[in-house]
Amino acid sequence: MAGRDVAVGVPQAGGRTGGKHRADGRLGVRPGGSTLKRDLTGWAFALPFVLIFAIFLLGPVIASMVLSLTNFGLRDLRNPLGVSFTGLSNYAALLADARFWTSLFNTAYFVVIGVPLTLVLGLGAAMALDRGIDRFRTLFRVGYYLPVVTSIVAIAVVWRFVLNPDLGLVNMTLAQIGIHGPDWLGNPALAMPSIIAMASWRNLGFAMIVFLAGLQGIPRSLYEAAAIDGANRWQSFRNVTLPLLRPTMLFIVVITTIGYLQLFEEPFVMTGGGPLDRTLSISMYMYQQGFTFFHQGYAAAIAWVLFLIVAAVAFIQFRVLRSEA
Amino acid sequence: MSALPTAQRVPPVPTTGPAPRAAGSPAGEGRGRRALLYVLLVVGLVLVVGPFAWMVLGSFKPQAEFLRLPPTWLPETWTLDNYRRLFQNLDFPRFFLNSAVVATAVTVGNLIFAPMLGWALAKLQFRGKRFLLLLVLATLMLPASATLIPLYVLMSALNLVNTYPGLILPFLAGPLGVFLTRQLFISLPDELLEAARIDGAGEFGIFFRIGMPLAAPVLATLGILTFLGSWNSFIYPLVMTQEPQMYTLPVALATFATGQYQADHGMLMAGSVVLVVPVLIVFVLMQRWITEGVATTGLKG
Repeated sequence: MAGRDVAVGVPQAGGRTGGKHRADGRLGVRPGGSTLKRDLTGWAFALPFVLIFAIFLLGPVIASMVLSLTNFGLRDLRNPLGVSFTGLSNYAALLADARFWTSLFNTAYFVVIGVPLTLVLGLGAAMALDRGIDRFRTLFRVGYYLPVVTSIVAIAVVWRFVLNPDLGLVNMTLAQIGIHGPDWLGNPALAMPSIIAMASWRNLGFAMIVFLAGLQGIPRSLYEAAAIDGANRWQSFRNVTLPLLRPTMLFIVVITTIGYLQLFEEPFVMTGGGPLDRTLSISMYMYQQGFTFFHQGYAAAIAWVLFLIVAAVAFIQFRVLRSEA
Repeated sequence: MSALPTAQRVPPVPTTGPAPRAAGSPAGEGRGRRALLYVLLVVGLVLVVGPFAWMVLGSFKPQAEFLRLPPTWLPETWTLDNYRRLFQNLDFPRFFLNSAVVATAVTVGNLIFAPMLGWALAKLQFRGKRFLLLLVLATLMLPASATLIPLYVLMSALNLVNTYPGLILPFLAGPLGVFLTRQLFISLPDELLEAARIDGAGEFGIFFRIGMPLAAPVLATLGILTFLGSWNSFIYPLVMTQEPQMYTLPVALATFATGQYQADHGMLMAGSVVLVVPVLIVFVLMQRWITEGVATTGLKG
């Protein structure tokens, strides 16, 4: 019953609780606690999760790899096992598919501009709330977080009207100061920037909440020390706040990037991928191929490319941001 | 995601730089800065809340007022006609029910199955535990869209497209709940469980009678986040429902907004209100649990 007997070897390397409640340490000495029984108990607890994981996640991930090597289409839904394999031809076709490259470019555009913008807005809001003001904090925190918990479909529907060239809130406001606003979503050059603005508007609350938690973890004494050393506001931000926020930042960048790489609802509701495919994202293109044209094999190949991009980007971000810390 | 913002190293504070000057700025400067910050924050808040107000007010406007130039904020004639059409001409009560059934089932599942694994990972010793932990981590990194196509094929093969089980089953146990509860269970003293074991309690009894009640605050956070996530989810139910009577609210709204009703401002605003307002009420009432849950786990619902 010893609190922590570290001396006893515990086979499970990962278990932080390993051996805590068992003075005899090694498996199966306690009456009624044989190795087999302990394993069965553990896996019984894990069973529902493992079943769901295996059937609805692991299985489909493997299946999607297989699917991407076939010419699976509508007719194969009746008899999935009768599909014919076409090797890597889907991937070869992807490389030659101009719309696929367009969707890659659009998604990259969205991520490269959208993630830093969201991050900076979130950090600004968090710093203002953490240090700048002393009242109405909850009001601002709740207010800025509202869009994050709101259905993105509803937001996209409302924003389509907000950005309406003649009847929308934005151009109505611009008109009052004498500016004739453009057709935000109908103009090929403005559609993606408009969607980026909306996504940043929606997600800055998430970055803000996580930054706030990070900022509150920075000891005030460090700022005092910096001030005594003569650091001005910018210097103490640069040399105290930023380095200490790095783990938080890594986290927000990774989560936001993974989310933004899967851009779907906004173009689906607001532009349909247009105008001129300027807002066609990878997910949107996958959806079109899979569920408008019923080329499921081809769509699975797109899904795999997206998955590899997500994994690679997350990996690189972990590497870069970790090593800079 | 456990290794994130908690452990922070303290970097050396730079000691070079200009000679020390009086710490802190003059009171006047501070007050001016603060006023400026308030102004900026209020402008930001107006920008954030503005579209919501536009949506709510718009849902009470007759269609004719949307077409009037210049557009107006307040409805000149207040009308419930948009809601009437939503609930009488379209099947919004049914969509609402579908969303509620799916979100409730997914939430209940997560409140039972995720803590079970969280408990096993925190408090039980068994072979394969480390593997399970890695597996849960892996699910966090996997983009949902990677499984969309094969899930659709699987559900078609099982005849589960257009059914509640088809919408619910894949989401009954997610990684978020496992992490949240594991973190909490680790902090419970083992002596507590050992005492129960000596009293002859079974492992499941200990979990349900001791573990779960102590996890109540975390379960509240988990419940809210899971419900919100399911209520708002889109691409999966979009793919998995083809018959209108199985649409969830977001699918119905998106379908009408991109289809035959796309110019019907008033009704689409009203539809958005129906989708958003229940969530906003829950959020405002329980915001502390939500924002703290997000800050500690970093997962959006």
